Amino acid sequence: MTEKLISIEAIAKRYPAPGGGQTAVFENLWLGINRGEFVCMIGHSGCGKTTVLNILAGLDAPSEGVVIVDNQAIDGPALDRAVIFQSHALLPWRSVLGNVAYAVGARHKDWSKARIKEHAEKFIDLVGLKGSEYKKPSELSGGMKQRVGIARALSLEPKMLLMDEPFSALDALTRGTLQDEVRGICLNTGQTVFMITHDVDEAIYLADKIVLMTNGPEAQIAEIVENPLPKDRERNQIHKHADYYAIRNHLIDFLVSRSRTFKDEMKGKPWDPMNVPLVRPVSETPSAPEPMRKRA
Amino acid sequence: MTIQKANAMTLSFRAAVVSILILVLFLGSWHLATSGTGTVQQMDPEYAKLMGLTATQGKSAMPGPLQVGATLWKHITNPFYDNGPNDKGLGIQLAYSIGRVVLGYLLAVIVAIPLGFLIGMSQLMSRALDPFIQVLKPISPLAWMPLALYTIKDSNYSAIFVIFICSVWPMLINTAFGVASVRKEWLNVARTLEVGAFKRAFTVILPAAAPTILTGMRISIGIAWLVIVAAEMLVGGTGIGYFVWNEWNNLSITNVINAILVIGIVGMILDQLLARAAKLVTYPE
Ligand SMILES: Nc1ncnc2c1ncn2[C@@H]1O[C@H](COP(=O)(O)OP(=O)(O)OP(=O)(O)O)[C@@H](O)[C@H]1O
Ligand SMILES: [Mg+2]
Repeated sequence: MTEKLISIEAIAKRYPAPGGGQTAVFENLWLGINRGEFVCMIGHSGCGKTTVLNILAGLDAPSEGVVIVDNQAIDGPALDRAVIFQSHALLPWRSVLGNVAYAVGARHKDWSKARIKEHAEKFIDLVGLKGSEYKKPSELSGGMKQRVGIARALSLEPKMLLMDEPFSALDALTRGTLQDEVRGICLNTGQTVFMITHDVDEAIYLADKIVLMTNGPEAQIAEIVENPLPKDRERNQIHKHADYYAIRNHLIDFLVSRSRTFKDEMKGKPWDPMNVPLVRPVSETPSAPEPMRKRA
Repeated sequence: MTIQKANAMTLSFRAAVVSILILVLFLGSWHLATSGTGTVQQMDPEYAKLMGLTATQGKSAMPGPLQVGATLWKHITNPFYDNGPNDKGLGIQLAYSIGRVVLGYLLAVIVAIPLGFLIGMSQLMSRALDPFIQVLKPISPLAWMPLALYTIKDSNYSAIFVIFICSVWPMLINTAFGVASVRKEWLNVARTLEVGAFKRAFTVILPAAAPTILTGMRISIGIAWLVIVAAEMLVGGTGIGYFVWNEWNNLSITNVINAILVIGIVGMILDQLLARAAKLVTYPE
């Protein structure tokens, strides 16, 4: 048994409805994340992914339920859960180095200035921004800004990395490079990651497990998909893997139709939100080439 | 790049030429308008003596630019003389005015910025203080003068109080607005880094709100400088406002014009100082 680092237990989030009463974004949600695992969450816009991530980060409190990290219920944000924000959220009046050093200084209050700088520079180097240390965020491209955000989060050397669509604002090429870098770093350091994405291919490339969320309101975790691809996959080779289309089709199928119809699908059947099905989509005819898909 | 630069150079150069032309045109027509030699009026020589050149030779009562320039030169070369309460150099009077403005303004900064922080951070305080601000803000600062004179019993401190009360509002409102509209994601960054409330105020909220706060401070210094002239006309004694009023009573229009010019220049300098400061704290997004 692998050790559970994070346990989301029976959380609910409700907002007052416009006409009185309350609408639940989700109810009774359970999810566990093991140490060193890369978990992606996929679901349609508005289903509550950011809400889950903010609760994990401690930026938002659930209406009910708890999040347990390392056997302790959380009661707010903490340095051991670093967040990479979708909009990078760099402080524009600080330089690249200033932004990263701000985080390092917050983590290691007893460190000298020189030590903080050295540590920050190490992570700026790691994301390939050597030479831009003294630039202001406004002088950076979108991809570079996101890199600074990643360096800032990694420099905390957190137990857990939380990412909310970190690459969605980037062009395909930059996104690919950054995915490679983040994957490399996380694999090397055994980082535990929870990441939200809209991009099925991104999820397949990066994730060990993919959490599928149904449409809101009252969204549910429909199932957890285990990635059948080997851990040492390569971006431009994965589509040749026998199980690639199995998992890809499974995910797309979910997004296209099952995310909407899941509640009907489950009607009458027993449903245990504490133990959602773990699915491992594999090719039915191993190592057979993908059949041509018929046009509708 | 170089072409654009050259264009920019010629633009500012051309603008400077036009500015100088306008100035020359203005001074020229001023000169012509005031040096007019109208028909010499026929009148009793005794009466003519009383009236002076103004009436007898059609010379305007309004001093010309040369006259004003000459007195201005006198003021510039000897700004700090002191021949008793009614005859002090322009520099001394300006120093009094600037001193009052700076004191009242600094008091306002000390009050407005912390209070603005409080209002900006707390919905409760924002709502609770809003009615007071709404009522107090539109009151002309000079309306406070009698009350100030009655309670403080010192014309100098009353003038400082009036400066304080007129400069406090723009700073307070801008600080509150700037603090309240700090981007939530920046606050979230501070929260995920477990930065304490005090440090967060200084390392995130203050730099984020600084451009808005400085805008308020710039508006305030402008208003303070407008108000000090009026306040000093009321309380008298010293200051550039008093100087204007005193010279009017002496019927020295030349000095009044000199004072107007100097008031404008000092106001511009004060404004530019704050503009510089605002530039220092502005960040591009
Ligand atoms: N302050 C709020 N008041 C009321 N409803 C809210 C509030 N914040 C979020 N919601 C609702 O909660 C739901 C989930 O929002 P959330 O931001 O978590 O969605 P998401 O899955 O991250 O969507 P996206 O993919 O577009 O980012 C939405 O339907 C939204 O309308
Ligand atoms: Mg979202």
